[in-house]
Amino acid sequence: MSTVATAQLELQNVTKRFGGVAALDGVTLSVAKGDILGIIGPNGAGKTTLLNCISGIYPPDSGDIHWEGASITGTAPHKVARLGIGRTFQVVKPFGSMTVRENAAVGALFGSAEARLAPKAAFVRADEVLELVGLTPKAGLSVTALTIPDRKRLEVARAVATRPKLLLLDEVMAGLNNVEIDEALEMVRAVHATGVTVVLIEHVMRVIVGVCRRAVVLDFGQVLAEGEPEVVLRDERVIEAYLGERYAKRLRA
Amino acid sequence: MLFGIDLDVAAGELVALVGANGAGKSTLLGTLSGLVRATSGTVTFAGRDITNVRPEVIVKAGIAHVPQGRRLFGPLSVEKNLLLGAHLRRDRDVRSDLARVLGYFPALKDKLAREAGTLSGGEQQMVAIGRGLMAKPKLLMVDELSLGLAPKVVDRLVDVVQGINRDGTSLLLVEQDVLVALDVADRAYVLENGRVVLAGRAAELKDDPGVRKAYLGI
Repeated sequence: MSTVATAQLELQNVTKRFGGVAALDGVTLSVAKGDILGIIGPNGAGKTTLLNCISGIYPPDSGDIHWEGASITGTAPHKVARLGIGRTFQVVKPFGSMTVRENAAVGALFGSAEARLAPKAAFVRADEVLELVGLTPKAGLSVTALTIPDRKRLEVARAVATRPKLLLLDEVMAGLNNVEIDEALEMVRAVHATGVTVVLIEHVMRVIVGVCRRAVVLDFGQVLAEGEPEVVLRDERVIEAYLGERYAKRLRA
Repeated sequence: MLFGIDLDVAAGELVALVGANGAGKSTLLGTLSGLVRATSGTVTFAGRDITNVRPEVIVKAGIAHVPQGRRLFGPLSVEKNLLLGAHLRRDRDVRSDLARVLGYFPALKDKLAREAGTLSGGEQQMVAIGRGLMAKPKLLMVDELSLGLAPKVVDRLVDVVQGINRDGTSLLLVEQDVLVALDVADRAYVLENGRVVLAGRAAELKDDPGVRKAYLGI
């Protein structure tokens, strides 16, 4: 239903099973170039599995994934990254023995084809992305010295260093308070402003409303609703399956 | 790093600890549960000095810690994870207590044999809290109740936590969603850079202009 001519990324009927459970059950959705799409839904609804299928970590059991017009279904993760799809991981795992700057440089060195640079150029790229995410003052520190919000920033920086055209963010704002979230939203806007399409998973509605142009709700591996965040979050089915009454009340207030 | 923290929880109270990431909230919980050594100062629980006492002694004394990020034993069953919370107990009520704990989390009843690591995030948080309760604590400390959980699940967990508190267990709650924290707590402490900068009735803090600006982003 959401297939549009200008789609940069397109999923058609994507299904992924684990044992008997369909983590994704016929998901069809498209992402236009320049979009900021939020993916929400209950824990276990298939959100992370969706990112894993797109980024090549799991091949789907059936269905097709198209990137810029060509099929990338079942393509290996490092190839997907070099085609221009960058991602972060829910549990951040920076290289603990390296500095913030070195961690960012790793993304530049091993990312997209045109970014497979000499080390010197990789550090230039690292400095650019650290500036973008606001970590420049901490570039020389060991990653162990970073607070949780800063570790999340570094996770974004590593992904952005691969020069993605599409950035997949998996809960990079979990565990942040409202003011920290607002700062992180500025970072997402800054990355988006450089021409990067963004797909993000979050449970924090301040994020979805604050930055997303569209939201897709997954439930039991299927698309339950999609549309503008303000509309989707008032959808009775979404309140029933995901938001709950307390949030619905807060929203109405 | 913590500097001269003064904090108290009365029996039966629900107290929230709020503050930015890196303010020292988890360090404070670690100090109370014996995982982090205090350089100076004293921690007293039920009239007894428990400063820098070993964690297992503190658990026996009646403080259970539900750590940030759940930290379950992923490959073990839900039942084993829960029973591990009672590891130090030598009384005969462990089995009946399991039934009592499952009373708070009916969703776990038909998942006792499942590997804990295969549960959804919300269910894992239930196991983590349940494991804490299996130690039969007088004080339960929960670090980041809502972390990574769907809003509706947070609602349910908030109800459960309030129920646990009503049934007589004191609670010390760390929560990033400051609005949720101040909704459920009797009192709250605000930590900044390792120091208590504000403390009071939760209802009053919610209206405090500084708190609204710094933590609620309103």
